[in-house]
Amino acid sequence: MRKQNSIFENIDWVLVVFYLVLVLLGWINIYAAVYNEEHKNIFDLTQNYGRQMLWIGTSLVIGLAILVIDGKFYAAFSFPIYIVTMGILLVVLVIARDVQGARSWIEIGSFKLQPSEFAKFATNMALAKYLSALGIRMEDMKTKITAGLIILFPMALVLLQNDTGSALVFIAFIFVLYREGLSQNVLIFGFLAGVLFILALMVPNKILIGIIGGLGFVAYLLMRKTRNNIIVILIITALCTGIVFSVDYAFNEILQTHQRERIEVLLGKRSDPKGAGYNVNQSLIAIGSGGLTGKGFLQGTQTKYDFVPEQSTDFIFCTVGEEWGFVGTAFVLILFTLLLYRIVFIAERQRSTYTRIYAYGVASILFFHLMINVGMAIGLAPVIGIPLPFFSYGGSSLWGFTVLLFVLIKLDSYRMYILR
Amino acid sequence: MYNPGSSQRIVFLGIITSVVIIFLIRLFYVQVINESYSVSATNNVLRYITDYPARGMIYDRKGKIVAFNQAVYDLMVIPKQVKEIDTLEFCKLLDISKESFIDKMKKATSFSRMKASTFEKQISAESFATFQEKLYKFQGFYVQPRTLRKYPNNTAAHVLGYIGEVNDELIAKNPYYRIGDYIGISGIEQSYELELRGRRGVRIVMVDVFNREKGSYKGGIYDTIAIAGQNLVATLDADLQSYGEQLLQNKIGSVVAIEPQTGEILAMISSPSYDPNLLVGRVRSKNYGYLLRDPNKPLFNRAMQAYYPPGSTFKLTNALAALQEGIININTSFPHSFVVGSKSVKCHSHPPVALEGAIQYSCNPYFCNTFRSFVDNRKYGSSENGYRLWREYQMSFGVGKKIGVDMPHELKGLIPSVEFYDKYYGKGHWKASTIYSLGIGQGELGINPMQMANIICIIANKGYYYTPHVIKQIGKKPNTTRNLGERHYTKVSAENFTIIQDGMQRVVEAGTARIARFDSLVICGKTGTAQNPHGKDHSLFVAFAPRNNPKIAIAVMVENAGFGATWAAPIASLMMEKYLKDSVKRHDLEERMLKGYLLPLQNKSLENPALKVNDSTQVKPKNKKDSSVALLTNKKKKK
Repeated sequence: MRKQNSIFENIDWVLVVFYLVLVLLGWINIYAAVYNEEHKNIFDLTQNYGRQMLWIGTSLVIGLAILVIDGKFYAAFSFPIYIVTMGILLVVLVIARDVQGARSWIEIGSFKLQPSEFAKFATNMALAKYLSALGIRMEDMKTKITAGLIILFPMALVLLQNDTGSALVFIAFIFVLYREGLSQNVLIFGFLAGVLFILALMVPNKILIGIIGGLGFVAYLLMRKTRNNIIVILIITALCTGIVFSVDYAFNEILQTHQRERIEVLLGKRSDPKGAGYNVNQSLIAIGSGGLTGKGFLQGTQTKYDFVPEQSTDFIFCTVGEEWGFVGTAFVLILFTLLLYRIVFIAERQRSTYTRIYAYGVASILFFHLMINVGMAIGLAPVIGIPLPFFSYGGSSLWGFTVLLFVLIKLDSYRMYILR
Repeated sequence: MYNPGSSQRIVFLGIITSVVIIFLIRLFYVQVINESYSVSATNNVLRYITDYPARGMIYDRKGKIVAFNQAVYDLMVIPKQVKEIDTLEFCKLLDISKESFIDKMKKATSFSRMKASTFEKQISAESFATFQEKLYKFQGFYVQPRTLRKYPNNTAAHVLGYIGEVNDELIAKNPYYRIGDYIGISGIEQSYELELRGRRGVRIVMVDVFNREKGSYKGGIYDTIAIAGQNLVATLDADLQSYGEQLLQNKIGSVVAIEPQTGEILAMISSPSYDPNLLVGRVRSKNYGYLLRDPNKPLFNRAMQAYYPPGSTFKLTNALAALQEGIININTSFPHSFVVGSKSVKCHSHPPVALEGAIQYSCNPYFCNTFRSFVDNRKYGSSENGYRLWREYQMSFGVGKKIGVDMPHELKGLIPSVEFYDKYYGKGHWKASTIYSLGIGQGELGINPMQMANIICIIANKGYYYTPHVIKQIGKKPNTTRNLGERHYTKVSAENFTIIQDGMQRVVEAGTARIARFDSLVICGKTGTAQNPHGKDHSLFVAFAPRNNPKIAIAVMVENAGFGATWAAPIASLMMEKYLKDSVKRHDLEERMLKGYLLPLQNKSLENPALKVNDSTQVKPKNKKDSSVALLTNKKKKK
């Protein structure tokens, strides 16, 4: 192993440039989203865009600090960081005040931090650390259970904070597990379960059960040659039936009213453009009215006059859609896609399993955020309040994503010095 | 190193790529293909604010304001935008009940969810001030400033008319008007609607989610500017008008005073009248109902719509026609009676007279004879021809036709045609002796006080009249909307009028209307006592003064009041004194007129103490105003 000559040696500048471009675009769009005549200065600290500038500045400092720290530190301290973060999550549960129904903020004076944004990073590290250890094989049941626990523990804590959106992000780690050898059946079954969930809500249960039974019977007629096949068909049919029955219960008993309403709106079962569907409706109006090339910077009426709630945070994508049109939204989406491709590319060039797993974790988390955030803005996903990475206003999330990405940059820059 | 290979990577990248492609397709559909979102965005942010121009004010001839505008505010609602609001607070601010809130919301929603409709009309400036501070809390509501018409002198209700909201029928007929617009419904407000209303403007403004205005849309290039209504200067003398109204209080009747040298109407009174402010704003329809049910018909403009037999005043035009045709001259005298079959027309006791004396004493047989001499005159070949010519003469005095006053609802009156009598009696079965009563202004004649006053103008001018009118100036320019400067000549030449004027002067100086004399002014007048089938005779007096430079011509009609000299002549005289001398010195006469109570019917429907018989013993110059107290006034109820 050699010592690194400069902290910028072997840095993947592509990632850094992507990061800077996204953060800058985010800042401009936050400015447009919050813009008002009285505070025209983008550096005005009383406004979200002024504060975002502070967050960007501090994020760059954090990024630099991460690059300065020795590359070995992260792998070595993965578990301690994970444990400390879990501790903080527990503390938050106890001391946090209720903010819009969630208890997820730590307040120190006027300074507020959302530890769940860092829990993703810590979990990613711990998962990478655990899975990269010698002798760990994904096929082992023990591995699956331990990895599952590493993911589910923070997920449960965040869920207890009533921050459902952030909790759901942990589902993204399924891609990491899949990459490390988890059977593809998990993805297929997950997809199937999702489809069944939607169908169960859309189609009357009796009809759905009938269809499942019918399909099972057809499969039985086609594949009854071996006993094994018959058993598999039976199990799948039974599972599907079970899911269908449990969906109603889960939907009505476990989900909270607003969550239920949002799903109903999404599925078109409920038309409530003033209530549960207001955000999405206004968001679609904003994006849709942008047209091909948009209304122009600061010209979005939906944006300027606050028709879309939460527009600088969860619905920042509307601003892009309204003021920059399809050209703008496509540009941002492609930018994100290229970023994800780049991360996957970086992951696959690692000799270190830890770094590879970590990189996949980063890609999975970013992808999940992108999918849900943009999906809800255009009415393809339920309204789950999670930010668009690097774009949305918010210190915690920007810091969290910065840490997530810059640790990857640091680890990647270290790839030459690691044998395994 | 365990590495399950690249298939997982490809699957992962495949999932990412598919999701992004799905998003791009969706975005392309939403942003580029589907246009409806643009419409929604426009609906969200744009408000079409109608700028209602201030309706023009109306001044009287001395510059006194007789109609102006008071600011009020209409509360508008766009049901689609109404979010959860604090209904309780809302109702409290507006002083309405929750039920009425729900009701109004329902009405607005059923009209349109997307379009604004009026939630509450005419909120006073005071209530508006408190409400406006809280307006941001009530999304979907906004305020539309409007104006309310005010008539500060509480006078000239029939002349000024009133305004009201347009109805569907009108909107269908005239595309300018929209629901909620106001339009003049009668009087000047109606006939000068175009000048008074101005032109509505529309501003397009952008609002934010809280409905706060955020500036004009595209710098205002689509806005149309409101043009204020023009102020009008009326020919009325508000003081004279209200003085006349007082004199006529508790009487049914009418006064029209015109300046003969211009045709300007100085006063037009129809009694009983009402406070024009009663027909303004929210209370209009209710008060209108009260007024409509009043048996004395205060809404009826007698000055232009009532048909009275002109009585003795018609003797003047009768004589003028005969003079012009050479049938009589100044020295002509007739037997002291007029006999038709078993009937005979006799006269009051007076010495035998020639024309001037006949006017002075209002000699009935004289004018019956004159009429017969005219109609049955051989030179016309037949009575039909004679009557036709006689009628033409009369019509040249502006009777039996609309004279074109710049007010709505003028009626033309009645002077029967030859065809009418042919039908009634049969062709050839009538002659002067059949219809002789026309010669003394009785019979099948219907003349309104406006026409009577106009006849007096003609006599004062010796042969012509200007179309009587109530508006002399529009904005700063003279009223040119009607042909007001044109002299309308009669068929009678000027010198014949001198004879009639002499007679009329004698009426006042030594005849039936000596009561009308005042000061040293030369007044020409003529009393009339028109029989009518419904009760006591109508008391009638026409006059002009001063004779050599006529400033005022007046016709006074008091229904069922007896002799012309008893009520009509003193009232006319007092009004002339008021107008020409600016103040009235004959207080006893004034007092007697003010006290006079001649209403045939009590208005029980109003249960109005001010109109009860007992009160007539007290002088109540402001009686008419008092009567309005019992009605609703437009003040907002205090909590």
